[in-house]
Amino acid sequence: MATVELRFSAQPEHVRTARLVAAAVARRAGVDEAVLDEVRLAVGEACSRAVGLHRSHGIDAPVHVVLTEEEKLFSIEVGDEVPGSGGGASAVPGVRASGADDGDDGAEDEMGLAVISGLVDDVEVTSGESGGVIRMSWPTTPATVLP
Amino acid sequence: MDLSLSTRNMSGPGGDRTVVEVGGEIDVYTAPKLREQLVELVNDGSYHLVVDMEGVDFLDSTGLGVLVGGLKRVRAHEGSLRLVCNQERILKIFRITGLTKVFPIHGSVDEAVNATD
Repeated sequence: MATVELRFSAQPEHVRTARLVAAAVARRAGVDEAVLDEVRLAVGEACSRAVGLHRSHGIDAPVHVVLTEEEKLFSIEVGDEVPGSGGGASAVPGVRASGADDGDDGAEDEMGLAVISGLVDDVEVTSGESGGVIRMSWPTTPATVLP
Repeated sequence: MDLSLSTRNMSGPGGDRTVVEVGGEIDVYTAPKLREQLVELVNDGSYHLVVDMEGVDFLDSTGLGVLVGGLKRVRAHEGSLRLVCNQERILKIFRITGLTKVFPIHGSVDEAVNATD
């Protein structure tokens, strides 16, 4: 069962909230302090990408984030509802990063995935009929027992 | 924390430089403000920019995209875009994306303003 689940409307201003919540839950789950910056960045990238995909496809549904504390593992799943989006923008003809005024950052979407794969050792990107999911996980250290 | 931006002009051996001091978080929400600022500077004829990122708490790929866009714009006018950054967590993002080879990254604003290579 998910430890914390978030659904937010596909608006850029909510990505920060998702980052903060993910980092807070990761910290509580026992993810090393030194890795929390990576968690924050990776979840932000995944959410920004999902927001961009929803907006460019005119999808009103919310972006879905599932944070799960497992034994020795903390996992995050960021799901979008764009069919076939998991392979990156290049897999979906005509998809571009939203808000690109003159194509400056058309490759942003792929750069986001590049950052995620550069940061996270355990990452899996899948896509299906109902949308794409980026699943990432980090090891946790056992919580110290408080007196 | 929102994005803060301020600009000032400095003179170096290579001529005038516009220093853009950025603070806060550069992400999918705030990056458009930085893009607007860079576009405005170039449109106003400032082609040699120094982006001071010492006050930046967070940077993601959207922010990188805006910086690359800024570089493209100044290069179209034979200008330059130099970064000032000493924060390891920010530098790491430039490294994993290979952008350390694209941007000259300096340890201080003075060093960036005085660079002529």
